[in-house]
Amino acid sequence: MSAVVKPAPARASHPWLAADHESYSAVTAAISNPILQRSAGKLWWIAFIFASLLVFATIVAIGVLFTKGVGVWGVNTTIVWGYAIASYVWWIAIGSGGTLISSMLLLTRQRWRAATNRFAETMTIFAVAISGLFPILHLGRPQYFYWLAPYPNTMLLWPQWRSALVWDFWAILSYLLFSIIFFYIGLLPDLATMRDRAQTTARRVFYGIFALGWRGSARHWRTYETFHNTMAALAVPLVVSVHSIVGLDFAASLMPGWQESIFPPYFVVGALYSGFATVVVLSALIRWGLRLEPLITVNHFDAMAKILLMASIVMTFSYASEWFTAWYAGSDADRSLVRYFFTGYYAPLYWLLLLFNCALPQAFWFRTIRRNVLGVVAICVLVDVGMWIERILIIWNTLSHDYAQSMWRHFHPTLSDWVLLLGPLGLFAFFFLCYVRLLPAVSMYETRKLCHDEGVA
Amino acid sequence: MTRKFAAEFGGPEAVVAAARQLRQDGHLLLDAFTPFPVSELDDVLEVQPSKVRQVMLIAGVTMAAFAYGLQWYSAVVNYPIDVGGRPLNSWPVFLLVPFEVGILAAVLGGLIAFLLNCHLPALHHPVFDIVGLERASQDRFFLLVATRETDTDENILRHALEDAGAFSVSEMWSA
Repeated sequence: MSAVVKPAPARASHPWLAADHESYSAVTAAISNPILQRSAGKLWWIAFIFASLLVFATIVAIGVLFTKGVGVWGVNTTIVWGYAIASYVWWIAIGSGGTLISSMLLLTRQRWRAATNRFAETMTIFAVAISGLFPILHLGRPQYFYWLAPYPNTMLLWPQWRSALVWDFWAILSYLLFSIIFFYIGLLPDLATMRDRAQTTARRVFYGIFALGWRGSARHWRTYETFHNTMAALAVPLVVSVHSIVGLDFAASLMPGWQESIFPPYFVVGALYSGFATVVVLSALIRWGLRLEPLITVNHFDAMAKILLMASIVMTFSYASEWFTAWYAGSDADRSLVRYFFTGYYAPLYWLLLLFNCALPQAFWFRTIRRNVLGVVAICVLVDVGMWIERILIIWNTLSHDYAQSMWRHFHPTLSDWVLLLGPLGLFAFFFLCYVRLLPAVSMYETRKLCHDEGVA
Repeated sequence: MTRKFAAEFGGPEAVVAAARQLRQDGHLLLDAFTPFPVSELDDVLEVQPSKVRQVMLIAGVTMAAFAYGLQWYSAVVNYPIDVGGRPLNSWPVFLLVPFEVGILAAVLGGLIAFLLNCHLPALHHPVFDIVGLERASQDRFFLLVATRETDTDENILRHALEDAGAFSVSEMWSA
C-alpha cells in the first residue's frame, strides 16, 4: 500500500483512504512495518538527539529552580504568575484538544477519526503529564506538593477544598489517569496485532504482556466496544470540566479581566482550538515520517481545518464579548484594562494574538488553502503560538494593570523562564519520538474496519 | 466427547454467512475471532450485552458521594474555618472534586469489569494453539464450532465448515 503513494483519494466515494482496493493485511503492514521492520532512520536520530538535549536543559533548569527558588524567574511581587502558569494552561489545553478530537468524533460517528485518534490520545497523555509539572514547579515549596492530598497527618490538617490549587490537583490527576486508561484500551487490540506480527521473542514478549492475552473474540469485542464508547462519552464532560477548572483558577479571583463568568467556556474553546491545531501538526509529521499518505489524506486536513475555522470564530467572539462586557458593565478597572490590552506595554503581543488566533485562520474559508497541507500546518503552528501568547497575556495584562495604580509593573522574562518554556517542547518531542518507534501510530483495527465500511478491502 | 473445530475465513461477510448457515443446520457455535468488531456476529453467537456500564455508574456515583462526604466532614465537622460567617458547607465548589474523581472511579471500575468480563489478563489460552490464529488479529476471521454429544460423525461438521467457504479447518485439541 505504501508503495503507491497518492496525494489525494482515488475515489470520491471513500474520501478517507487514498486507495482503490487494499487487503486488511496490507493496511496492517503499512502501519506496523515502520516499527517492526524499518530502522529508525537518520532524521529520527537527529530529532531524538536534539530532543534529548532539550530534556537535559529542562532537567538542569528545574534543578536550578528547586535550589534557588522562584526568584530565578521574572515573577515579582505584582506579577506573581508568569510563564509557568501560561505553560500549564497551554499544555493542558493541548491535552484536552486531543481527548476532544478523539471522543467527540467517536460519539458523532466520524469515520475519519480512525487515522488521527491514536496520536491525538497519545498527545493528550504527554501534554497532560507535562502540564502537571508546572503547578508543582510554581510552588514556593514544591517538596510539600503532596499536602494537596487529604491523608491522615500528624499536623491534623486538611486540604482547603475551596482553593483553586486543590481543584487543579484533582482535575489533573483524574484527567491524566483517565487519559492513560482511554489510550491503553484503545491500543489493546493493536498490541495483540503487534504481538502476532513480532519476529523476535523479545518483542513478542513485550507486546504480548501488554496485550493481556487479547484474542479478538466476539465476546471480547462486544464488551470492548461498550466500554470504549462509554469512556468516550465520559471523556467529553471530563475534559470540559477539567478545563473549566483551569478557567476557574482565574475566574474565582477578584481581579479585573479574570473575574468573568465566560472564562470556563472560553477556556474550553481555547483548549479545543490549540489542541486541534497541534493534532494537525502531528498528523502532518506522522504522515510524512511514517509514509502514511494513503491513510491520512488531504481530506483529513480539510476536515480539521473546518473545525479550526469554527473554533477560531468562537474564540474571536469570546474576545469580543470580553471587550463588550467591559464597556457595558462600566467598571473603570475593566474599561481601563481593555484599553491597556490595545495600547499598553504588551499591546504588540495582543495585536499578534489577534492576528494569529482570529485573522489568519480565516484563510480556512478557502478550499485551496484547506487542502494545502503545508499551508494548514503553518497556520496551525501560528495558532499554537497565538494561544500561548493569549495565556501569558491573560496573566500579564491583569496583574500588570490591576486596581491599585501604585502596583503597576511589568514582567521581564529571564533565562530560566525561556528554558522552561522551550525545554518541555523537547520533552514532548522525546516522548513522542519514542512512541512512534514502539507503538502503532494509527489505530490498526479501526483502519481495518474503515476499509471494510468504505468498501475498500 | 465433543470435538472443537476452528474454521478460517477471509472476510466478515463470509464468517457471518457461515455462522448463520451452521446455526441453521443445528451446529453448536462457540465463538469467533476477528481482527475488528463484527457486530452481526453478536446475534448469531448470542453474545450477551455486558454489565460494564452498570458497574461504571455505581463506581462513579459511590466515589463522588464519598468525595463530597469527605469534603463536608473536613470542612464542616473536623476542621471548620469561619470566614466572615460564610456557610461552612460551600456546596457549589464542593461539587468540582466529586465530579472529577467520580468519572475517574467510573472508568477504573469499568476497566476492572471489562477485564473480569473478558477473563483477561490471560497470557495463555487454548485457542492460541489453533494453527494460524495469529492472523485473527490481522486479516483472517475464525469461527469456533463444537460437535454435539449426539453427533456420531465429526466429519459432518468439518465438511459443513468447508462447504461454508472456510479456507482451512483445524481441530482444537486442548480443553
